[in-house]
Amino acid sequence: MKRFLKTHEFYVLTVILILSAAITIINPNFFTLENGLDLLKSYSFMGVLAIGILFVLISGGIDISFAATATIAEYIMAVVSIQMGGNMFTAILIASLVGITLGAFNGFLIAKYRIPPIITTIATMNFYYGILTVVTGGKWIYALPDWFRSFADIRVITLTSKTGTPYGLSVITLFWVIITVAAIFILRYTMLGRGIYATGGDINSAERVGFPVRKLQVFVYAFMGLMAGIAGVIQALLVQTVAPNSIVGKELDVIAAVVLGGASLAGGIGSVGGTLLGVFLIAIVKNGMTLVKIPAVWYDVFIGIVILISVSFSSWQRKKEHQHSNIEIDTAEASS
Amino acid sequence: MKASTGKKNELLVLTIIMVLTFALMTILDPGQFLRSCNLQGMAFQLPELGVLSIAMMVVMLTGGINLSVIATANIAGIVTALILTAPADAVSGPSGFIILLALLAGLAAAVAVGALNGALVAYIGVTPILATLGSMILVNGLTIVITKGYVISGFPDAIRFIGNGTIAGIPFPLIIFAVLAALTALILNRTPTGFNIYMYGSNETATLFSGGNNRRIIMRTYLISGLLSGFAALIMISRFNSAKAGYGSSYLLVTILAAVLGGVSSEGGFGRISGLILALVTLQIISSGLNLLRVSSFMTIAIWGFTMILVMVVNYYIDQRRERLLHAAS
Repeated sequence: MKRFLKTHEFYVLTVILILSAAITIINPNFFTLENGLDLLKSYSFMGVLAIGILFVLISGGIDISFAATATIAEYIMAVVSIQMGGNMFTAILIASLVGITLGAFNGFLIAKYRIPPIITTIATMNFYYGILTVVTGGKWIYALPDWFRSFADIRVITLTSKTGTPYGLSVITLFWVIITVAAIFILRYTMLGRGIYATGGDINSAERVGFPVRKLQVFVYAFMGLMAGIAGVIQALLVQTVAPNSIVGKELDVIAAVVLGGASLAGGIGSVGGTLLGVFLIAIVKNGMTLVKIPAVWYDVFIGIVILISVSFSSWQRKKEHQHSNIEIDTAEASS
Repeated sequence: MKASTGKKNELLVLTIIMVLTFALMTILDPGQFLRSCNLQGMAFQLPELGVLSIAMMVVMLTGGINLSVIATANIAGIVTALILTAPADAVSGPSGFIILLALLAGLAAAVAVGALNGALVAYIGVTPILATLGSMILVNGLTIVITKGYVISGFPDAIRFIGNGTIAGIPFPLIIFAVLAALTALILNRTPTGFNIYMYGSNETATLFSGGNNRRIIMRTYLISGLLSGFAALIMISRFNSAKAGYGSSYLLVTILAAVLGGVSSEGGFGRISGLILALVTLQIISSGLNLLRVSSFMTIAIWGFTMILVMVVNYYIDQRRERLLHAAS
């Protein structure tokens, strides 16, 4: 317990609780099961992407092309589903394959040609978006198949609000839950997860210990692609239309959420729990701003400030810890 | 000795690439490309991207990256535009003093963003990607809050001259670019600060132990980068005759591309202004050429992305070969 009190996750949780209390005092509609379940549904998209980028950050990389990947996967999934039919399973399969392919391409460039991830993914982001816009002509897709539309309305648990409208736990949230559980399992209990942490911690040491670091790099970007593909399906389910530019710019929100959750760009650090809290914090800030009636134009300013404070705070702490450990070594050497 | 011949080779290769693209574009569209209005158009378009690329380059030399250059330019442009179009002067037009004030305020805003980045990276120890990503989101947010998404337009002639005027037939923005490029080259090659920037990019720890003040080096780097973004903003708002949140957001990729193509190592420590200029001219030739050929602007963006990957892959093979040669020699 004492250790938990010192973790980054604890600070984020504290901020979440204080913010929630403040918003609830101003607008009691915030702290209701209906609003909570609604947020869990609409933030599934961000939550799934956040798990993907968490893996990339832990491995010491970064990816800002995943929004482009998600859009392409979503678009191809929609076109194929409309023209050739299918079901939810084939839709997810198609989007996943597209996502994995585009993600693995990033991973290949980074692992094989040692191109810095930020440069690789800025390049592929523009490449993917450019091609997508040229090929689709920027056209929106409205006529999604009926089986696809109705799937979005399925509720796992149905409740009825005071006014008589039904609400509940959406099946979309279930995607997020399953992926979260899988991510915890991979990171905590498998050699694969250990390898990803080791690669991010110190790539040379990891290689010497015998981890296949290049393959692990390809894996994390392919995994990010898979998450992007699934997120693309979720986006289509949530919005019920597919637009080539609907996800543009969302990548920054997602990275913000994961960084807020304590993952570091230096690699080797980050947890699924922290990432969840980061997504919750972003969701609460955005939802809270609406409920408290702060104009939406302020949103980016808030997020920017929150990111800068959060990264400054964790960098500062790491720096202090580092100095601390150096001093300890010095004194240990002096006394011996 | 060897290093200097290596540098010369690099510049030679870049010059050959530039001449080849020029020849290619001339062959592809002989009627249009060589016309003087196209060449002059290129001379007007190059500077704003050029100055932004230098702003990106100085940070990349230290092994960092500045994702906020475009956002910085936008807020500087908007601050300048707001002062220029202040209602009190709507009738008579702003006086010379107001114009000067507007220009200085814009540059000051840009330097302020640079100082924020510098403080975060140098003193708090935030990674450059995250620090500049955060400031990019924050500053972009501020530009939206300030302008509410509207366009601010209508500037006095003196401002329009910055981006559209000519002196002895030479476009004024090109002169600004030349002066800024020369000044930056001077700082990088002839001052202790410049020497330290290169050294920090090569080896942070060695710089510290050889007496460099790492914090001050980083701080100065981001201040220079911010100031350059501010100058780019002045050219930008003058050319568009307006300022708006989100102008030029597609430039970010191209500034990095220009730096990388110009020989700036992504790990820092290497890269010259001369290489950057050759790369910029090459990119401008391609961009204008594609525009004349009526290639969609989205296709151009895709081509930039592809070119960037290609350049990095080629760099990788060049490095590999160099390493092999070194091994063989020793």
